[in-house]
Amino acid sequence: MTSKQSLGDFFKRWEWLLVLLIFLVTIVNARLTPYFLDTRNLMRATSDFMELGLMMLPMVFIIITGNIDLSVASMMAMCASLMGWLHMQGTNIWVAMAAALLLGLLAGFLNGYLVARVKLPSLVVTLGTFAFYRGMAYALLGDQAARGYPESFTFLGQGSIGSIRFPFSAVLFIIFAVIFSLILYKLKFGRYLYVIGNNEEAGFYAGVNVVRTKLLIFMMSGFMSALAGIVLAARFGSTRPDIGTGLELAVITAVVLGGVSISGGSGTMIGAILALVLIGEMRFGMGLINIPGQGQNIVIGFLLILSILIPHVGRELTSGNVKVNKAMVGKTAVALIMIALFAIFFFWSRTLLIA
Amino acid sequence: MATTYSANDEKKGNNLFLTLVRFRELSIMIIILLLVILVSIRNPAFLSIENFRDILLNISILVIVALAQTMVIITRGIDLSVGSMIGLVAMMVAFVTVSFPEMSPLVAVLLGMAIGSCLGAFNGFLITMGGVPPIIATLGTLSIYRGLIFVYSGGQWVNSYEMPDGFRALAKGAPLGIPNIILIAAVVAVLVHLFLNFTRPGRDIYTIGSNPDAAKVAGVNVTRTTFMVYVISGVLCGLAAVLWASRFESAQTNTALGFELQSVAASVVGGVSILGGSGSVLGVVLGAFLLGIIENALTLVRISPFWQLAAQGLLILTAVIVDSAISRRLQRFGGES
Repeated sequence: MTSKQSLGDFFKRWEWLLVLLIFLVTIVNARLTPYFLDTRNLMRATSDFMELGLMMLPMVFIIITGNIDLSVASMMAMCASLMGWLHMQGTNIWVAMAAALLLGLLAGFLNGYLVARVKLPSLVVTLGTFAFYRGMAYALLGDQAARGYPESFTFLGQGSIGSIRFPFSAVLFIIFAVIFSLILYKLKFGRYLYVIGNNEEAGFYAGVNVVRTKLLIFMMSGFMSALAGIVLAARFGSTRPDIGTGLELAVITAVVLGGVSISGGSGTMIGAILALVLIGEMRFGMGLINIPGQGQNIVIGFLLILSILIPHVGRELTSGNVKVNKAMVGKTAVALIMIALFAIFFFWSRTLLIA
Repeated sequence: MATTYSANDEKKGNNLFLTLVRFRELSIMIIILLLVILVSIRNPAFLSIENFRDILLNISILVIVALAQTMVIITRGIDLSVGSMIGLVAMMVAFVTVSFPEMSPLVAVLLGMAIGSCLGAFNGFLITMGGVPPIIATLGTLSIYRGLIFVYSGGQWVNSYEMPDGFRALAKGAPLGIPNIILIAAVVAVLVHLFLNFTRPGRDIYTIGSNPDAAKVAGVNVTRTTFMVYVISGVLCGLAAVLWASRFESAQTNTALGFELQSVAASVVGGVSILGGSGSVLGVVLGAFLLGIIENALTLVRISPFWQLAAQGLLILTAVIVDSAISRRLQRFGGES
């Protein structure tokens, strides 16, 4: 994977496309609204995406091995809820925080154990723990919210450094991004991840400790989710059991958009980080021109699909072995007609109640 | 001598074990029975006809969607967009029924299924023609369809008092003595069972899931069948959406939020392998029933509703762990399936 690549290949890489897109979005955003390049706005927007970023780092590892972790947002909620609950019982906040991180490691261990040792598909395991951990968050806090965190703690999420108000959570993210990149590129452990993703059995016979590696990445995921939960609790100044609902999908979206193959074996850390920046910038820009969150989701959803669709169609067309036959044209036509009919009905019926 | 004895014993035990496994549905039934006995000791009200009816009412929609999910999972895919499809179709159909109160509820059902088929076709198109892996395609459409609900309604809800009486009676009415919604779910289950077992496309779904390459060699039109499965998923979600809007007498922007995970849970608990190629209608119906009973039982034995999600999660985990233990034992004893 790290063999010498020609200059042409270097510039054809997915990451450059992401850089280009980031550049384009920056220009468009800056032209759309003068508020975009305001540093204070930019910094505040940055801190909105740091929890996502913290959870994304281990998710890159997990998806490179061909696995998936659907439980990250639930682990985040469970750990933050435990911290909030302990704090309300009178425990020192830093002790409660340590307990939350420990619980994250344990939760990740359970995922990893079931995937690596019991050899269950990660999709099913983490679907189960997705419900279980979220359920534990509700069991801990019920419909209450834990609040009243001391100021020294909320600094983790609200604090900033220097005159440009660089968010402390971003510092945290950068530190961990460097650590995770070093693990991926400099340690044997990082190379093992690609080996497992490409061919687990071959890796096993080549002496890769597959079980331990998988166990570790799921534990990393648990730990980082707990950390993200702590940062989120500090940013909001309170914890509710429903925090971060649906965030797991946003995390996976960022990783896949970053060029990490969902079937495992390939992908880079820098790609995922660039995708995070792109998503963050697009959401921030759309927010500034008053596109609500759900409208933004549509754009991000299309971006995710197109990031796979366009390279696939491109490869098919350039490989030259695509046969344009009647059946294919027919199927495409049927699908397109159905989509068109839907669109017409969508806009027509919408006008019935909304004048 | 001793060795022959133990070998015989093991063989006997193994036979019983194999029988249990062959009828995977039987083991779920046993679990259900045990649960029913335990809960009814704590609270005899559990065994009443009304309570049983409540459980069936609650799981009817889940059964329909879980069966759609099952067909997708059998082809080695997954449809994460079911919850968003239900929400979008429910909102669109609700808008139309409110605008045309005289419209027959049957038309609403057909309309819902038609809209659902379009949404499913988009999923199928991305997956079969666009080469997008099912999990990514439906993850994308999960966001897109949910977002479209907001674009469509502008954040508005359709409330109970706006809906025509006929539409509200669709799910709850019981002209045949049993609520319509339960009857519809039962009919869907029977149809899906017949489809999967006795028609060529139905059998093809299993073939594709067991071995896509072999399926292609054997002359199965993999693209068309896969596309069809996602369209069916959309149609059934459309049906579920109309029933949902009728039963809860409302269409909201967060209708059926997170339902995709419940539908996968019902399938997996019902013995559908997430790796594709196997699964039965009876199993899925029982899986949904088990989920419904647990939810109901937790309420009746006065366990805080906040524990329900955790219990559901534990159930899914237990089901898959038991499943894998069974299949591993089968392999060890060389059990031919």
